[in-house]
Amino acid sequence: MKQLLVLGAGTAGTMVVNRMRRLLDAEEWMITIVDPHEIHYYQPGFLFIPFGMYSRNDVVKPKRDFIPIGVEMIKAEADVIEPEQNRVKLTNGRTLSYDFLVIATGTQTRPEETPGLMESEWQRSIFDFYTVDGAVALAKHLRTWQGGRLVLNVVENPIKCPVAPLEFIMLADWFFHERGIRDEVELIYATPLPGAFTKPVASRYLGEILERKNIKVIPEFLIERAEPDDKKIVHYDESEVEYDLLVTVPLNMGDDLIARSGLGDELNYVPADKHTLLSKAHDNIFVLGDAAAIPTSKAGSVAHYAVDCWSENFLRYIDGLELLPTFDGHANCFIESGFDKGLLIDFNYDVEPLPGHFPLPGVGPFSLLQESEMNHWGKMMFRWIYWNTLLKGKELPLPARMSMSGKRSG
Amino acid sequence: MATRTIAGKEVQVNDEGFMTDPAEWNKEIAVEIAAEEGLAELTESQWKVIDFCRAASADLNGKSPTLRQITTGTGVTTKELFSLFPKGPAKKVARIAGLGKPEGCV
Repeated sequence: MKQLLVLGAGTAGTMVVNRMRRLLDAEEWMITIVDPHEIHYYQPGFLFIPFGMYSRNDVVKPKRDFIPIGVEMIKAEADVIEPEQNRVKLTNGRTLSYDFLVIATGTQTRPEETPGLMESEWQRSIFDFYTVDGAVALAKHLRTWQGGRLVLNVVENPIKCPVAPLEFIMLADWFFHERGIRDEVELIYATPLPGAFTKPVASRYLGEILERKNIKVIPEFLIERAEPDDKKIVHYDESEVEYDLLVTVPLNMGDDLIARSGLGDELNYVPADKHTLLSKAHDNIFVLGDAAAIPTSKAGSVAHYAVDCWSENFLRYIDGLELLPTFDGHANCFIESGFDKGLLIDFNYDVEPLPGHFPLPGVGPFSLLQESEMNHWGKMMFRWIYWNTLLKGKELPLPARMSMSGKRSG
Repeated sequence: MATRTIAGKEVQVNDEGFMTDPAEWNKEIAVEIAAEEGLAELTESQWKVIDFCRAASADLNGKSPTLRQITTGTGVTTKELFSLFPKGPAKKVARIAGLGKPEGCV
């Protein structure tokens, strides 16, 4: 029997085992997935928790519910990957051998890496919303917050879901309007980027929307430390931004397992070919989802399109054929913008997000880079699609590779 | 694509003033761009960072290293980088080193 071993049962790893259990012959291939945690979080839902739109219950399900029959699931922590021996040691003493390894250990937030964040004011006047506990604590705080200056700060890129900070600040605008205290609230988005978003056309469109909503962007802000007692964040160049309420998107890093195994870059992401997802260092290790050091967004949609491309490629590879450079970095993100509206962006390695319609040219139903109610409903429907279709590795009626039809240049 | 003359040599630059061909770069060009950026004389510590970025870029398919790659690779802290190259060290070093503008992350 051959062994396909998958580390991490998050979005990418779960999709991989579902897809491969269907595609690989059960008489020939064992599939094993390892993860220390029992709960699968619907992470796109964290965004809605601070504003009371979702609760904790809306975003949790047991991981086991999404692992198909015929896949061995081991609840354990991987201690070290030993690629020269083709094996992984677990912290419980067990050793697992593999013929092929898929690293899908994702990325995590590290607020402890920025001085001042996790000290006396953590979850008092400093919050995050990238963890369920952080989002729930912030929801509780916002219920009684009387207003003041809310500063949203992204510590450093890359981050998981680069549109989430924009969505957060736009939803905050809507939330305080609904509560009747928008006049009492100043909304500031301090980002290390030169503008509202990473790509020029989208940055311009989104920048204009933020301006209409009276949200101030402070670009190129690189936080060195927070001073929780004085309620200010300090740039490396000593400039300061004061806040009453700080919402941080902390530094993101890959799993410490990657560092322990000596497989990562300076942020514990594993260098991989951006078109085939094959590790640059080992020809029987693939890296899927946020764990990979490739120049695409760290997002579930990217992981989904990557798994689509990779699974066909993997079947070629085990038959002795070469890998085709099929993955184009395709990302597709709904951007919730408040007042029951949203935007949609669709892009890849080569093409930045452009205006137009998706998926049908001129028709949509979704509009690209424009606010619409349909985009909002797309986003709200997505939770059902995530649990019922996406995670289970079923095909979505959308091509994995990006299409230019329906898009127009900036 | 525009060209301009820096330190007596004609080089290609993009509309933001970044050189587009690292092979056209030399140390005299670095000194002149540094002066435009307000750095009158380049110190040994500044050269250390510039040299690192040139070498790192060769390994990154011509892309400029990120701030974190610079700090990890040189041992110079971010704080020191901001004093060596005030206001946006990654961008400033890239320009002086004749490399492309550091890409914003996706």
